[in-house]
Amino acid sequence: MRKETENNLVLQTFDNEFNIVVAGPILNYDSAAFLQNLQKELSTNITKINFVADGIGQWDSSFLAVMYGVVGLAQSRGIECDISAMPQNVRDLVGLAYAVDRKPTHGGGKKLPFLEKLGKNTLDILQKTSDVMDFLGKIGSAVGRFFTFRSIMRRIDFCAALEDCGPKSIGIVSLISFLVGLILAFVGAIQLQTFGAQIYVASLVTIGMCRIMGAIMVGIIMAGRTGSSYAATIGTMQVNEELDALQTMGLSKIDFLVLPRLLALLIAMPILTILADFMGMIGGAFVGVFMMDLPYQEYWKYAFNAFNLENFLVGVFHGFCFGIIIAVCGCYSGLNCGRDADSVGVATTQSVVRAIVWMIVATGIITVICMELGI
Amino acid sequence: MKNEIAIEAKNLSVGYGDYVLLHDADYQVNKGDIFIIMGGSGCGKSSMLRVLTGLIEPLKGTVIINGVDMVTAKREEVQRIREKSGILYQSGALFSSMTLAENIMLPLQQYSDYSPQTIRELAELKLALVGLKGFGDFYPSEISGGMKKRAGLARALALDPDIVYFDEPSAGLDPISSHNLDDLIIEINRSLGTTIVVVTHELASIFAIGTNSIFLDANTKTIMAKGNPRELLKNPPNKEVSEFLTRGEKKK
Ligand SMILES: Nc1ncnc2c1ncn2[C@@H]1O[C@H](COP(=O)(O)OP(=O)(O)O)[C@@H](O)[C@H]1O
Ligand SMILES: [Mg+2]
Repeated sequence: MRKETENNLVLQTFDNEFNIVVAGPILNYDSAAFLQNLQKELSTNITKINFVADGIGQWDSSFLAVMYGVVGLAQSRGIECDISAMPQNVRDLVGLAYAVDRKPTHGGGKKLPFLEKLGKNTLDILQKTSDVMDFLGKIGSAVGRFFTFRSIMRRIDFCAALEDCGPKSIGIVSLISFLVGLILAFVGAIQLQTFGAQIYVASLVTIGMCRIMGAIMVGIIMAGRTGSSYAATIGTMQVNEELDALQTMGLSKIDFLVLPRLLALLIAMPILTILADFMGMIGGAFVGVFMMDLPYQEYWKYAFNAFNLENFLVGVFHGFCFGIIIAVCGCYSGLNCGRDADSVGVATTQSVVRAIVWMIVATGIITVICMELGI
Repeated sequence: MKNEIAIEAKNLSVGYGDYVLLHDADYQVNKGDIFIIMGGSGCGKSSMLRVLTGLIEPLKGTVIINGVDMVTAKREEVQRIREKSGILYQSGALFSSMTLAENIMLPLQQYSDYSPQTIRELAELKLALVGLKGFGDFYPSEISGGMKKRAGLARALALDPDIVYFDEPSAGLDPISSHNLDDLIIEINRSLGTTIVVVTHELASIFAIGTNSIFLDANTKTIMAKGNPRELLKNPPNKEVSEFLTRGEKKK
């Protein structure tokens, strides 16, 4: 279609005047190319541009874009532009386009120069650090309110959160830790077999799962499953202005949204960790008994001999700490979400990444402390 | 001038599954009309709009748009009609990860063969038409609700649609912004010749812009009245319509 209407705009120059002759329908016209061409043709002594109608037919937005561009160009160069020969509705639309009723008061989506950005980011980090401290402090006092029975937390919210991270997580946690136990046993077995010491697979799996692997696996599953859902739910509430509603009603966001989720995870995580420990051991036994033909009773004897209450409690303690980390990261990301759909995605990602990073850091710290204490 | 028909609903039933909102509706929208779909809350105005725009299927009957039967026609033909219609959703429905200009450029990039510069110029033009000149680089989160609606309208107009649909354009706007938007709707209707379908219960808008209308009723699940809203106000066919259209006066 462009080919057909390409020649329907004709440029003519007379002394100081410039004519744009509209000689037919203008549809799907390449207005950018036309305007570029016009800029070249428009010599400095031109004082007036006329639009001349010579059998104007159908037109679409591309014709409006031409007119809009020409009128704008004429204005910027102080050239008179006569569009009176154009149809009434076209003139109305061009008038409408130039009848600006407001101007941007601030620049939108502007890119900052490097140094300014560096400074801004540094300040942002300092600000964020103090925000996080503030958030943790508020959680602390909310927990305090809870134990002195002054919290406004709704029991139903807590139950819903507990159901979600308790019973509804059992399936996936069991499956994954069973498989992890299986893999652990398998990898260990190949090495231990060379010394004929394959029975120690039982010890390996027990110690590995109870001390750390159970808690880590549960932490990663729950960060992906529950922490991210906290961030998405609370983030969407931000987008829907529900958080603003809470704030203006004078209800504490922490009591109302964070506390039930935090308490639910604090209860569920140690229990899920214990579940993961045992499922891992069963996974190990599966490999030991069915694939390596170790005697069933022998296997469990070694497994229980390796079981050590201190290891087990350290693992459960890990689970407890991970619960705090997941809930805090999820809720913090959600509460600090932006106000559009994109930000909810960002908040969800951040909640998982932050939770996993802090879980690893926490594991390191706990390990060092245990080493010092000789556990 | 002979009135050509833009949209024709025949025996149209609207609803969800077994839940019928409207039985056997028949109506016509002429080209160049500003057609109002009015009625109380929950009577199925938005659902009717969803049927017209193809978001849900009618339970029964059919919709004919520009001579194409939307229920029986081939996919490509339906798609061609959809490209030629623009929709303004209640909150603008702008994509938050794109600037206003990018929002408007998206349908142009998808469905037209303009050069990139021309697409940019067209986006600028459409923004200027709705009074948002110079806001092209803003993100939706950086502008007000009324401006979002205008930007949504600019996007709806991107492909020079034959028909533009509005769902509650005045919802969430102050009376002045709402009035300005009405003026813009009239201007676009008059200058571009676009057929416009508006769902609204805002009386000021109904009388200011409507050239034709249907009144949906939730109790009888029928179209209770049709015609120019000002005529309907003068000669209301029944009590419900008259009550609905004089709502505003009682308060004063
Ligand atoms: N997706 C859906 N499924 C089932 N029922 C719906 C759905 N969307 C809307 N409804 C019902 O249809 C009725 C009419 O809704 P709607 O068309 O939005 O009304 P209006 O826009 O006139 O206020 C309401 O009672 C609503 O509950
Ligand atoms: Mg509605």
